[in-house]
This record gives sequence, C-alpha cells and structure tokens, in this order.
Amino acid sequence: MDELTSAFIEESREQLADMEAGLLDLERQPGDVSNLGAIFRAAHTIKGASGVVECEYVENFTHQVESVLDRLRDGRLGVSQALVTLLLRCVDHMNKLVQAFAEGLPTPAEALLAAGKELTAQLLGYDQDLSARGADAETRAVEKSGGGLVATDYWHISVRFNPGVLKNGMDPLSFLRYLVTLGDITGIETLDDAMPAGEEMDAECCYLGFEIRFQSRATKSEIEAVFAFVQDDCSLRILPPDSLVAEFVELINSLPEDSMRLGEILVRIGALTQAELDASLAQQAEAPCAAADQSSALPRIGEVLVEQGLVQPEVVDAAVERQAQVSQKKAAESRMLRVHADKLDSLIAMVGELVIAGASAQLLARGHGGEMLEATSILARLVENIRDSALQLRMVQIGETFSRFHRVVRDVSKELGKDIELVVRGGDTELDKSLVEKLGDPLMHLVRNGLDHGIEPADVRRARGKPARGTLSLDARHDSGNVVIQVRDDGGGLNRERIRAKALERGLIQPAQTLTDQEIVNLIFEAGFSTAHSVSNLSGRGVGMDVVKRNIQALRGTVEVASEEGEGCTFTIRLPLTLAIIDGFLVEVGRASYVIPLEAVVECMELRDVSARRDYLNLRGEVLPFIRLRHVFGIEEPVSARESVVVIQFAGQRAGLVVDRLMGEFQTVIKPLGGIFRRLKGIAGSTILGSGEVALILDVQSLVHICSEKQNGSPQDAARAYCAPQLS
Amino acid sequence: MSELATRTDKLPVPQARGAVSARESPLQYLTFSLGGEMFGVGILNVKEIIEYGTVTEIPMMPRFIRGVINLRGSVVPVVDLSCRFGNELTRIGRRSCIVIVELPENEDQPVIGVVVDSVSEVLEIQPSDIEPPPSFGARIRADFILGMGKVGGRFVILLNVGKVLAADEIALLAGMGNGQLAEATHAGA
Repeated sequence: MDELTSAFIEESREQLADMEAGLLDLERQPGDVSNLGAIFRAAHTIKGASGVVECEYVENFTHQVESVLDRLRDGRLGVSQALVTLLLRCVDHMNKLVQAFAEGLPTPAEALLAAGKELTAQLLGYDQDLSARGADAETRAVEKSGGGLVATDYWHISVRFNPGVLKNGMDPLSFLRYLVTLGDITGIETLDDAMPAGEEMDAECCYLGFEIRFQSRATKSEIEAVFAFVQDDCSLRILPPDSLVAEFVELINSLPEDSMRLGEILVRIGALTQAELDASLAQQAEAPCAAADQSSALPRIGEVLVEQGLVQPEVVDAAVERQAQVSQKKAAESRMLRVHADKLDSLIAMVGELVIAGASAQLLARGHGGEMLEATSILARLVENIRDSALQLRMVQIGETFSRFHRVVRDVSKELGKDIELVVRGGDTELDKSLVEKLGDPLMHLVRNGLDHGIEPADVRRARGKPARGTLSLDARHDSGNVVIQVRDDGGGLNRERIRAKALERGLIQPAQTLTDQEIVNLIFEAGFSTAHSVSNLSGRGVGMDVVKRNIQALRGTVEVASEEGEGCTFTIRLPLTLAIIDGFLVEVGRASYVIPLEAVVECMELRDVSARRDYLNLRGEVLPFIRLRHVFGIEEPVSARESVVVIQFAGQRAGLVVDRLMGEFQTVIKPLGGIFRRLKGIAGSTILGSGEVALILDVQSLVHICSEKQNGSPQDAARAYCAPQLS
Repeated sequence: MSELATRTDKLPVPQARGAVSARESPLQYLTFSLGGEMFGVGILNVKEIIEYGTVTEIPMMPRFIRGVINLRGSVVPVVDLSCRFGNELTRIGRRSCIVIVELPENEDQPVIGVVVDSVSEVLEIQPSDIEPPPSFGARIRADFILGMGKVGGRFVILLNVGKVLAADEIALLAGMGNGQLAEATHAGA
C-alpha cells in the first residue's frame, strides 16, 4: 500500500468518525447549522480524497451522501430522525467501503454492493421528494427569521445629512431617487429633530435625516455605493434584513479555515463594507487617546461595530466564535505531530534496552564505588526520565474510545425502546495506546449489559419514582498509578437472590455456603453465568462477564462490581498505566530469578515455625496459605538455610510465596514469551536482568489458582480451601 | 530460500524435491552433530550460531524445551533437538552451540534456538544427491526429515525445521507437559 493510499484510509476513517459524531449531535440539536456544515465538509473531503486515490466506489457512494447533506445544509431538507438514522447507516457503509479499499479489493464484496444499492435508493428517495419537503423547509426558514433588531425582511437605512451637504452642491433627494433603482422604498420617515428654530435656520443648510425601509436584493456595498458621493457629508447606517443575519452566520461558518481578522470576516460575507470597516478602525484607533489615562485597553472592533449599529451583534458573535474555532484548530494542529505507531514501539523497545543496560552498568559500578557509582546513578536517573517520557508518547486520551459509545447507546436504546442518556466524564484521561485498543471489547460488553439488563424500561422507572430517562455514565480517572474506568447505570441493580439461585442451579456454590453480599455479586464473573430471563441479541448468552474479566486480567487489570438494589450498578475497571514496563520485586529460588509485580507485594518475612507438612503460617493471627515455588516449579537444588515468604495480595485475597532469597525492587521491562509458551500458566512473561540473564515474571493470581485447583479440584477460593479442616 | 523452504514444507515431499531439482542449483546446508550423527538444516533458515550460554529454565514445560536465552535483548526459546527426537537431553560440552533458526511461517514464534553438540560446516548438496527419507529406520518421525543428503559416502539427515519446530505443536506439547508436571508436583508436595 503506498503512502497516499494509507493516508487516504487513515484520513477517511477520521472524517467518518467526525461525521458520525456530528450526526449524533445533529439528532440532539437539529437546528445547529454549523454542525451540518462540518458533516458536509467531512463527506466532501472523503469524496475528494477518494477521487485522488481513484477509489470509485467510495467516491460514487459518498457523492450520493454528499448531495443529500448539501440539501440538508441549504435547509431544503428537514432534519428527521429517520434521515439521521439513514445517514448513520451510510457512514457505516462508507467505513466498510474504505475497509474494502484498504484490503486492496478492486470492487467491494457482493453483499456490500447490495447494501450500498439499498442505501443509495433510500438516499435518492430523499432527493426526489425534495420539492414537497423543500417548500416545507423554506416556510420554516422564513418563520425562523422572526425576532431581532428589525422585525421585517427589509434593509433599514438611516441616513443623516450634514448641514453642509447642499452647499457642496449635493441634493439629498437625488440620492433617494437613485436608491429606488436598486429596489423599493417601502417606507420612509423624515427626521427633523435637528431643525433649529425659524430665525436660526439657514436655508442653505440641510437639517434632515431619513429612516428608510428598503426592499432590495442588492448587497450592502451596493447600497452604500448609492451614497458614495455624499460619503463625507452624511452619516450612514445600513442594517441588513434579519433573514440575512441568519445567512451571514451561516456564511461565517462555511468560510474556509484561515485565520482572519474579525473585520475581514465581516467584509467577506458582506455584512460590513470596506468603507465602514475603515471608518470603524480609525475610530478604534482614536479611542485609546481619549481613554489613555483610564488605562483601558483598545475597544474591540466588534464592540465598536455593534455600538455604531453597523452590524447586528448576532453576526459579530458568530464571527468571533468562528475566529476562536479556527485559531483553536490551528493551534491544535500545529502542536500535533503524526508519528507512525511502529516507530514509537521501536523507540519504547530501545528505551527498554536502555533501562536494562543501565541496570547492568549500575551493577558493575557498585563494585567500583566512588565516582563511577555517582556517574551511573545520574545516568540511571536520566534513563528513568527518558523511560517515563517515552511511555508518555504512547499515551492517548480515552475520550475517543468513549465517544464511540454515543452511537452504541443511541442504537441500542432505540432497539430496546428505552430512553437512555450517555454521560461521559474524564475523557481526557490518558493511558497506553495498546491498552485502549484492547479495552474496547470489554467496555462494549459492560455498556451493552448496562443498557440491556441494567436500565429498566421507562414505565418501570416511572413506577419506581425515577426519571423516565435512564442514565449510563462512563468515567475515567487516574488513581495512584492506575487508570480507573467506571461504567455506571442507574437501573435496577443486581438482584442478589436471583444470582444466588442461579449460582446454585449452575452448581457454582453449595446450598450450605454462606456468602457475603459482595461475594454473591462477584459470582456474575464466573464462567457460564447469566441471569437474564430472556436471551436477546445483545447479551444474555451467558458468555458475558467472565470474558470481560478475563480480558481485563489479560491487561493486568482488575474489574469489580458494586451494586445497590434499585439504585443501579457500577463496574470499576482498574488498569496499569502501561503494558511495557512495571515495577517488580526480584526474588531467587535456587539459581533462578523471578520477578513478582511490586503492586501485588504486601510484605516480606522470614519463614519459620512451620511444619513441613502444612503449607500455611500464622500471620498476626491470620491464616496465610503459602506456595513453595521450589515445589511448584520442580527446582531440585538444595533448600537454602533461610527461606523467606513474600506476602502477596490480589483481588482481596492474600497468599505467601516461599522463596530462597529476596533481591529487592527492580524496574522490569516486560518481554512477552513467544507463542510456544501460550499455554503456560503461572508465568506472565519474562524480563532481562542487569546481568543479561532472563528472569521470569510470575503471574501470582494464576499461580494461586493452579495450586488451589490442584488441591481441591474446584476453582474455589484458595484461602478458604487451605484452612478448611477436613482437607489434609 | 526461506520462501522455498516454506513452500516445500507445505508440499508433499516428492513434489517438493521436484521443485528443488527444477532449480538445478545446489543448496547450502549447515551441518552439525548431535549424539554422534550428522544433521543439516537449510542455511537460509539459520540466523546465527552462538555459544551455549546461560539458559533460563522455564518451569512446568516439557523437557525438550530447555528454557529461554537473552539474544541481544529479545527472549528466545531454546529447544533440545535430541530430546525432541525422543532421546536423552543433550549434554552440554565445550563445543555445544545454540543454532538460532528463523521460521517465518511460525507467526508468533519466528525465532527459536536449538541446542547441538557441535557445528561442523556449511555444505553444498546437489538436489540430485538428496535421497528421499526412509519410511522407518531413522528413528526420527518421517515428517521431520526433508531428505537424506549424500556427502562423502555418508548420509546427512536434512531436517525439515518447519515441522521439527512447529510452534503450534510445541505449544500443544507444552500445554500437556504443564498438566503432567503439575500432577507430579502435587504428588511431590
């Protein structure tokens, strides 16, 4: 795939994502014109780009979509939910087409083509009954233009002639007559306020002013040109009709994204003439002289314009907003640098090597001491900084992942006939890109689960005294070196009795077993568990939560659930910030070194006063079962004189690992073991020590799991199994 | 040639040999000794040869996986060929080496090291000098053997490394080893 093609594919996907987001916004706020413009531009960009890379099927289809969007933008077509749904489907279809192109297919698959035809037919439907809808939309546009400064659809011209105008040989009346050639004067009011008392009046002076209502298709500058000859001898205000105000706002929004001055924007769209602008700028420049001692800043040009009544405030506001948007976008663009993900990965890999090499240098330096040690410790600190900033490069905001769910929530709630709102918080929380990619599926599952089983139908909600509209929220935040993601719904919560009954039925628990509320709730993570009464196509096939749990655990994270009956239910996912480097605790058994993830380590102590036949010890009155790594790993070297126990904790459970020696904390660059070790349990990966040797990283959770399974043949809680008296 | 090797692996042996001889070019093989026998692997599958160094054992794995080594920063598994063929573990001596083999078709484990007694030389063997593998008698699974090369009146067993080191099969064996070892450990504990 050449560079152009891959750039096209990447860009199209981004544009499609923008379109989708825009369409969802549109559904919420159908009146937002600027949004429609953005959607249209995205479609237009894709069409143009697909022409460049000669991808006809994308170009043709996008053209259809674009023409409907164009009508929408012009107001010739009204926004309806059916139309938005259709357009969203079109966006999906375009995504598939782009995918087909990415795969290098000359034409998309049959099924895809058929789907495209169907969508095209529907789009054409919107094109054809345009006449009917168009008229409809037009009347609406006119209705919308009510309110504002001028209530009618006329230009409002107010002109005050200077007293000297007659002396200069100009007849004000001739200008008014000339004005009629441009349109109709529908009303005129002569202002004689300036007229002095009879004896003071100079017959050669003009004291009159006119307020004119003028109906015309002429532009503002054309109207202004009428008074060009008396420019210096009169003060002129031309206010555009209100319907034009909306038009101006629209024009402002459709301007190309160049950084422009406010005045330039207004002149460009015709809301302001160059002459007016110049005059206002001159006035703006004079103002500070007057206000210099008050140390006030220059009045803004927009304020001056509004104050002088040259432009309506709405237009200025729109222009200012546009200016801000453009400059923000510019700023964001210039601060971003697109880098290929592979390059970053190889950088991170090299930094990993650097960390290892640094560790080995420090190991050597310890033997030399003095200056050498000092030099290497400075080096180590720098390496650590480099490591942190290199990892930072791969951090992405989770917001993008979250915003995908707007569409999901919309579609699913429609399908289920529920009214559900998605609230996203903490979208700017950053985490490792590779984590974000793998987080999509589990999150999708939790969200769908919340929508399907969590939030009740509107009538049930009303009966329970809750707002009819359900809320599903996605939160992300950093918490002591972890990323915490919460999926919360305000539905019925988990029904403990039903969970318990189901677990009994499935043989997951014994009837005599007493479980705490939390333990019952946690049963939903067991394999083959689902309490939904009906199997829908969304969830309820019983392959839900255990898959979520496994996926999260594969990312070295945890997932917990908290539920308040009747109030809703919250899933909390905790993830490490990165997958590449962790802090580890190095131990030795025999001659082999092992790394225990530091976050799992609680404390270390000497192993004493234990019978060789029992694998538990007394930890301050608590029974702590332990695992002799020597036995589990079949290490045959003789037992060291002083064994130690590393107390580990995970998922609220504690266990001990018996090792020969404790070597201390160690920055661990994780090197995954290859495919041939994929069935190996108890080992999470490997790392390279300062000495160049390979050490294995222990997966404490699965290690404990293996041992308890071995002893009981059931996947029950290891701690309870170990201390149960009937077991030997 | 690595492509060629890939292709020959997928074809039945006679055809594969046909494809080889059609090229009419001698192929190069790295020969090494293992338990007194000579073996050869296609040179284009060999990435490098390193001295036998520190191998970190991986617990709960079948015996023929000796462990992993640090190959300039990447962790590479090491397979004991002798043990893979059902014999004893290779005894590590002064001339023991690890041959790093590259197998592009093993997608998730493209680089594997194999322990050999000693590396001999790189030989050119004409396709016409390669005999099909005997159906029995070599005491090695027939699909592990690409052919028998005739060199100076002796036979060199040319290995089909793609089969010998097939990641899927090794992973499967590793999984079984996991279970067995776990039981054994339990009995021991």
